[in-house]
Amino acid sequence: MWNLLKIELFKIFKRPRTYIAFGAIAAIVFLFQIALWFDGKTYIDLILSNIDASFDFSEQFKTRLLNGYFVCFAVLNILLIQMPLLVALIAGDVIAGEANMGTLRLSLTKPVGRTQYMLGKFFASSIYTVSLLLFLAVLALFGSILLFGTNDLVIFRSNSIHQMSHDDIFWRYLAAFGYAAVALTTVASLAFLLSVFADNSIGPIIATMSIVIVFTILSEMNIPLYDKTIKPYLFTTHMVAWKGFFYVQSNEEGATIKGSIENLPAILKSLFVLLTYIVLFVSSAIWIFRKKDILS
Amino acid sequence: MMVRSTVVVLKKWGYAKYSFAIIFLLSLFTNTKAQTVEEIIQKVKTKLEKINDYEAEGKMKTNVAFIKAPVATVKVFYKKPDKLLILNETGISFIPKGSVNINLNNLFVNMNAFDIIDAGRDNEGLRVLKLLPKSDTADIVLSTLYVDEKNMLVKRSKTTTKENGTYELEMNYAKYLDYALPDRIVFSFNTKDYKLPKGITLDYDDGSEKNADKLKNKKGTVEISYKSYIINKGIDNKIFSK
Repeated sequence: MWNLLKIELFKIFKRPRTYIAFGAIAAIVFLFQIALWFDGKTYIDLILSNIDASFDFSEQFKTRLLNGYFVCFAVLNILLIQMPLLVALIAGDVIAGEANMGTLRLSLTKPVGRTQYMLGKFFASSIYTVSLLLFLAVLALFGSILLFGTNDLVIFRSNSIHQMSHDDIFWRYLAAFGYAAVALTTVASLAFLLSVFADNSIGPIIATMSIVIVFTILSEMNIPLYDKTIKPYLFTTHMVAWKGFFYVQSNEEGATIKGSIENLPAILKSLFVLLTYIVLFVSSAIWIFRKKDILS
Repeated sequence: MMVRSTVVVLKKWGYAKYSFAIIFLLSLFTNTKAQTVEEIIQKVKTKLEKINDYEAEGKMKTNVAFIKAPVATVKVFYKKPDKLLILNETGISFIPKGSVNINLNNLFVNMNAFDIIDAGRDNEGLRVLKLLPKSDTADIVLSTLYVDEKNMLVKRSKTTTKENGTYELEMNYAKYLDYALPDRIVFSFNTKDYKLPKGITLDYDDGSEKNADKLKNKKGTVEISYKSYIINKGIDNKIFSK
């Protein structure tokens, strides 16, 4: 199994297109950081414009608000919606790419079971996904801390504002990145499943992107009909649960409770939903692949 | 006949005695109450004028329906006549508009601009003074002060403004009573509704924001518990430009 995994990882990281995703992430993060470095005050003013009738915001307040933790959250808010597309580029290619090149049948002539073969490919895709996320974490979190420094983190939700003290944030990012790894692995497993059906990688990549885009739009729409009927079952609804680690509890006087999470059971429920999807997608992929007549 | 007239004279003398006693007691009573509003204002002002500047350290709790914020360690800087700054030295604090009113000197420094009306006493025995601005263009519409006459301290104030709603201030005095500096203040203010489009925030719906209507049109409070004051040691004007 270990040898299979090494071979699959070698295949993934040998291809130049693998690094397109890393390049795209680096470009987006740097562009975002540079934009906020030069014009972050405008962004902050836009966010604060909703409450500036009730509060005085000094320049010092705005400078401190625009710290590395805040910038990282803003980057993740944008990038973690786009990243599934980058994950699909590799995971959607993992079986279909072999079929397209005509190497799939050859690979299966080796004395390896189809289940093992598929698991090796899935784990390799997952490692690629996690490494992409780690790359993002280093650039977005540590890069932003380096550029903007650290301070308290303020999260602006649609109806409330959550502030955490600077020494109560780092563990939240570790938890959020851990959760995001599971969320992106769900997309990888979907692309992996779709990859089994195709003989070239374009199909599963585009199909995965389309599903993620449609589901994300449905998840973000505020239509009461969908809220209870469709949204709870879409994996995209649960993919944003990493943000739950930044929603804090408060006491009766409105003061943040250090180390608290507003609704941990909801996050755990979302995590369970995602893990269920991963198991469902991967086992379906293996089951279909085991029964499939490999012709290419 | 002689005896009868003597009895009448004595009776009259007795009534007169009672009358004198009543007049004397009344005069005593009116003397203690007779402080005019101008006198009270002047005495409070004199007490406040002992302070040229101060730097205070304390803990600040922000209690606004839509904000969850940690208790902050803040420094409050004041310098005559009306400079005031609440500064969180390391972190971030949401400072409400009108917080400059937590120092009453700002009101007393310009007392000539108000007509003062004596509104009697409240349930706690505090003297109630109402300040009405003489100018039609003043931002303050009405300010009410609740004064402890014994210590010449303003215990509460309520200020209604044209632009920013009503501010209420409640002060508790202990260690710095002689300087009329409170150990604890609670500043109440009106908050406007807070709402950002979900398309911008891309919230995770964890079921905790279902009661959003409860967060609307609430009063917010900021409570500062002062640990210490450094009084009249001089403060650089630069600090107020932060």
